[in-house]
Amino acid sequence: MLVEFFHKLRNARIPVSVTEYLAMLEGLQLHVAGCSAEEFYYLSRVTLVKDEKYFDRFDKVFSAHFEGLEEWFEQLFGDIPEEWLAKQAELLLSDEEKRKIKTSGGWEALMKTLRDRLQEQTDRHQGGSKWIGTAGTSPYGAYGFNPEGVRIGQDRSRNHRAVKVWDRREYRNLDDNVSLGTRNLKLALRPLRRFARQGALEELDLDDTIRATARNAGLLDIKMIPQRHNAVKVLLFLDVGGSMDIHVRTCEELFSAARSEFKHLEYFYFHNFLYDFVWRDNLRRRSEQITLMEIINTYGRDHKVIIVGDASMSPYEISMPGGGIEYWNEEAGAVWASRLLAAYPYAVWLNPVAESSWRYTQSIQMTQALMKDRMFPLTLKGLEDGINALKQSVN
Amino acid sequence: MKTRFAGTDTYVATDDLMMAVNAAVNLARPLLVKGEPGTGKTQLAEEIAKALDRPLICWHIKSTSKAQQGLYEYDAVARLRDSQLGDERVHDIANYIVKGKLWEAFDSELQPVLLIDEIDKADIEFPNDLLLELDRMEFFVYETQRRVVAKHRPIMVITSNNEKELPDAFLRRCFFHYIRFPDKATMERIVDVHFPGLKKRLLRDALEVFFDLREVPGLKKKPSTSELLDWIKLLLAEDIPREALRSDAPRTAIPPLHGALLKNEQDVHLFERLIFMNRRDAR
Repeated sequence: MLVEFFHKLRNARIPVSVTEYLAMLEGLQLHVAGCSAEEFYYLSRVTLVKDEKYFDRFDKVFSAHFEGLEEWFEQLFGDIPEEWLAKQAELLLSDEEKRKIKTSGGWEALMKTLRDRLQEQTDRHQGGSKWIGTAGTSPYGAYGFNPEGVRIGQDRSRNHRAVKVWDRREYRNLDDNVSLGTRNLKLALRPLRRFARQGALEELDLDDTIRATARNAGLLDIKMIPQRHNAVKVLLFLDVGGSMDIHVRTCEELFSAARSEFKHLEYFYFHNFLYDFVWRDNLRRRSEQITLMEIINTYGRDHKVIIVGDASMSPYEISMPGGGIEYWNEEAGAVWASRLLAAYPYAVWLNPVAESSWRYTQSIQMTQALMKDRMFPLTLKGLEDGINALKQSVN
Repeated sequence: MKTRFAGTDTYVATDDLMMAVNAAVNLARPLLVKGEPGTGKTQLAEEIAKALDRPLICWHIKSTSKAQQGLYEYDAVARLRDSQLGDERVHDIANYIVKGKLWEAFDSELQPVLLIDEIDKADIEFPNDLLLELDRMEFFVYETQRRVVAKHRPIMVITSNNEKELPDAFLRRCFFHYIRFPDKATMERIVDVHFPGLKKRLLRDALEVFFDLREVPGLKKKPSTSELLDWIKLLLAEDIPREALRSDAPRTAIPPLHGALLKNEQDVHLFERLIFMNRRDAR
């Protein structure tokens, strides 16, 4: 009976091995567990399961097996995971529906119509497909869905696309004292470390001292070496505000991990895409800007560049001069991106948006192409891949 | 001979925890304990030692800890210095072998409780380096060509905060227990053990505030048992009247001395904002 139970556990993909099974039998033999089912349950769980993430599965198998239920297997894997359901609900619109919504006219037409409508409009409007208001399919206004929409009066962007931000907002500085979850990220960043001994002689080199002392006929000859330091240098560019709001938590964690992992870390903020300038402090973003050229001239080619952003925006913001939502940029974002890439061949783009939905956003594909396919999702796996890619030059 | 652990007068053990400890003790396997911070993982080893009247040996793991340090270390620097001074001790290398915690546990006359605390802090290879020692309870000292065998198999409690995945080979040798966050009834027993004289109603009010607070979405560090105990200690010390905790206007008042429960500046801000919003809505 118990062998069958053991096999059922294995079928449910709980990693139990014979060692653990024998340990459980040993426990039964020693009467660690009394006669009650509850004690047997605790004993089998403590001996067989080695991670709390399997507890739920174990419970299901246990109850199915010991109550003689037959359809436990379907139950186990036939269930629709809750997370998945939640995500579906979040999406609100199907991709088909999204595709159905046609983008309206070109860039110039969009701006002109908006100007006209702003003049026309006199009162508040909700729903519908022409007026500026909320929850409609018109390209103007907030809380609606149109891929080329212009955002007016909305504090959180929903569909990640807006051509101009009318309401000026303050952005939160990414904070670096989050301790939760950063640990995994740190471990993922760790492969990038490159140790080198540079600088002052500070540490006793025991091996060398012993060798030198022996050569010196036993008279102590002390050898010192510089301390080992992590010599990798990183420039981190972070997208803030707008569509990045929902990813703030992940980015905070990444930032916090990077801060403690790299000694030579310079970080800069940008909004949506890289243009002439970036900034360091979000509160003084309008007064203390650093031009990208200055960065390129200041930091050497051996710096690794990590750009973090969702790359979800209107395609104009990448391809057109003047497409930036902050100000009038003389040169298109694409020009600046390739300039940066030419200056720093060791670069990757990390994207907090799930990889499976990248193909639905045109700007992500454009960025992906600009980055020469060096865009990775901001997950542990993606980060590892990205760090590996960082070790090789783009060209 | 069967050893039974049933909690102590200062530690409330749930049924599953008792079973885990008894199984580990009787089947002589290390017990790996995980759980939210502040649920008494480290405390467990101390209480086992107390309940079974065994010596406790603690080995606290840091990110720089090496498995070898638990066995022994060869103090080459001391020997080098002695050789320069012409000390007689220098001729016997055994003088420079420094015993580690594991060796200490192996040498103990009475079966000891060995706590390996926060094993996940160490390097990823750390648990793998201890496999043989855990299995056979012996190791070899190369410098003196001596085999060290445990006099008694120590009762091992290993705690982890889940910061790293532990290797399968290591897990297979351990029993595993996850300390769940206590429910209200267990929590009442825990508080009762620590503050026997506490008034029933004050306790109920305090617990209500506490569990409500744990429900607040988005907290970075949820308050745990140890925070609750600290908070109650403070409430008692400050002699806060029960009325101050009354939840006749739930979620609209900041509980007194909330600094003991929320340890993160952002959490406090978030909490205050929520309270403010609730207050505004209530109006």
